[in-house]
Amino acid sequence: MLNTKEVDLVVVGGGPAGMAAAVAASEAGVEAIVLIERQARLGGILPQCIHNGFGLRFFKEELTGPEYAHRFMLELEKHPGIEVKTGTMVIKVTADRQVMTVSAAEGLVCYQARAVILAMGCRERPRGAINIPGTRPAGIYTAGSLQYLMNIEGFLPGRTAVILGSGDIGLIMARRLTLEGIQVKAVLELMPYSNGLNRNVVQCLEDFKIPLYLSHTVTAIHGQKRVEKVSVAPVGADLKPLVEKGFDLACDTLVLSVGLIPENELSLQAGVELDPATGGPVVDSFYHTTVEGIFACGNVAHVHDLVDDVSTESAIAGRAAAAYLRGEIRGTRWLPVKAGRNIRSVVPQRIVTGQATPLYIRARFPERDVLLQVGRGRSRRRIVSPGETIYYTVKPEEISETDGWIGVSLEGGEIDD
Amino acid sequence: MTELTCIVCPVGCRIRVDRDGNGLKITGNGCPRGLTYAREEMTAPQRTLTAVVEVAGSDCMLPVKTKVAIPKAKIWAAMQEIKAITVHPPVTIGQVLKEDLAGSGVALVATGTIDQDEKRENL
Ligand SMILES: Cc1cc2nc3c(=O)[nH]c(=O)nc-3n(C[C@H](O)[C@H](O)[C@H](O)COP(=O)(O)OP(=O)(O)OC[C@H]3O[C@@H](n4cnc5c(N)ncnc54)[C@H](O)[C@@H]3O)c2cc1C
Ligand code: SF4
Repeated sequence: MLNTKEVDLVVVGGGPAGMAAAVAASEAGVEAIVLIERQARLGGILPQCIHNGFGLRFFKEELTGPEYAHRFMLELEKHPGIEVKTGTMVIKVTADRQVMTVSAAEGLVCYQARAVILAMGCRERPRGAINIPGTRPAGIYTAGSLQYLMNIEGFLPGRTAVILGSGDIGLIMARRLTLEGIQVKAVLELMPYSNGLNRNVVQCLEDFKIPLYLSHTVTAIHGQKRVEKVSVAPVGADLKPLVEKGFDLACDTLVLSVGLIPENELSLQAGVELDPATGGPVVDSFYHTTVEGIFACGNVAHVHDLVDDVSTESAIAGRAAAAYLRGEIRGTRWLPVKAGRNIRSVVPQRIVTGQATPLYIRARFPERDVLLQVGRGRSRRRIVSPGETIYYTVKPEEISETDGWIGVSLEGGEIDD
Repeated sequence: MTELTCIVCPVGCRIRVDRDGNGLKITGNGCPRGLTYAREEMTAPQRTLTAVVEVAGSDCMLPVKTKVAIPKAKIWAAMQEIKAITVHPPVTIGQVLKEDLAGSGVALVATGTIDQDEKRENL
């Protein structure tokens, strides 16, 4: 017989998003909360992010990933109403909020929750590897798995490395490898701009004189048992490699840092609608998904640059779940966001009227001196880039219900290259 | 004229530094911390160093950092000293593992905790 337990709130995922959501819900008066994490410990991806730069927004001080996680673990301990289940994997979430779990300790357990918060984070996109011709020797890693191997297990991958992709994890790993004595020959980026934060380009590459090749990619991997070299070529405006202009870089390690995608198998099973622009659930200002009583926050909703934003947004979701459990925020009025010129994505996708909503906006391409328009609101921005979140809090008076939607666009910029 | 990207916070302001007689004229910083950063960067650049050290009797590493930023020029010497360290459990987050790392006057501290039975609690 399946063991079923009735609880107020189940939080799926014990990373920074799940921890912050559970704490906020508990502070807002929710009593029976279960926080479920498949790994043996809480913290999500943070323990492997040993570099500093976390917490500047949220705690107003600069912390490393493990320190940031530690702060939230101390918070959790103050909330005895939160039952933490580590080593427990959620295998299914239904639209009527049954959460099926499995663990070595308790076997199959089903929770019937009155509200659910999805906080499963994201995973690395392995795609870049699939398209590269050549052999598949040892020495190829995704940036996140290499970060885990080096920072948790103390493993060193080789002597010379090439990194494909200039997202933040790729940049951070370029510095990490260099500090451990591994020569990073180059960071290659397909696009004409870096996808990482500018500060990371400065402190991870420029500080160590690691060359960044924009508009370049790996066209072939060579080596039988182990990577021996990679062929590199610049790409044209159509992003196709110009092989005749290519060159080889000798290396024994290739690191792929080609992006993250929200982890949404469970959301799909529950019937939650996903936004193709973010890869995460469509949410409203309360981080309520399209399924009643199911909320989503953190990297499962959209990939964040900063964990601080994850904590802030997850606290909103936690408080909203508490309000939902009190019978509030049901059938709230909202307007959809409509992405206009140079806008790739906007979260939340549905803006609840009559209150201010902080937005996370991403541009499609880099530009200088642009005017950000959100409904009737206007704001000047000196530089926008796909690698950096654009923040804007839309106020109630900037929204007109008669429009039927809220337009978001960047106007009148110069293309920055 | 020098253009710097401020790395103090994620905004990443582009700061312009011009020589102004004997001093520096700094513009483009979004807040006062950017001023301090630009002045230091032009005279004595500093960085916080993070790494991991071995833990005796454990398969997991312990994350560490310099308590505050150290001179950029000392980073390599500091890494050599860090690589030579093996810690013995228990270690508590914030604990000083080595004073005066590479003659910088700055201590190396743990950024994680390992309890007695050698498992990293806050990993
Ligand atoms: C490899 C990698 C490296 C990163 N490095 C950096 C960095 O250096 N700096 C930075 O600012 N940001 C970094 N990020 C972004 C960082 O992940 C986020 O800022 C933040 O950790 C997101 O928090 P989260 O709680 O949403 O997700 P996560 O931290 O990923 O936590 C999600 C948690 O949910 C758990 N989970 C997932 N599915 C289930 C399930 N079915 N059942 C039970 N538990 C489940 C996972 O085990 C995990 O613990 C990185 C992300 C990744 C993927
Ligand atoms: S100047 Fe201030 S706001 Fe701008 S990046 Fe530096 S610390 Fe941030």
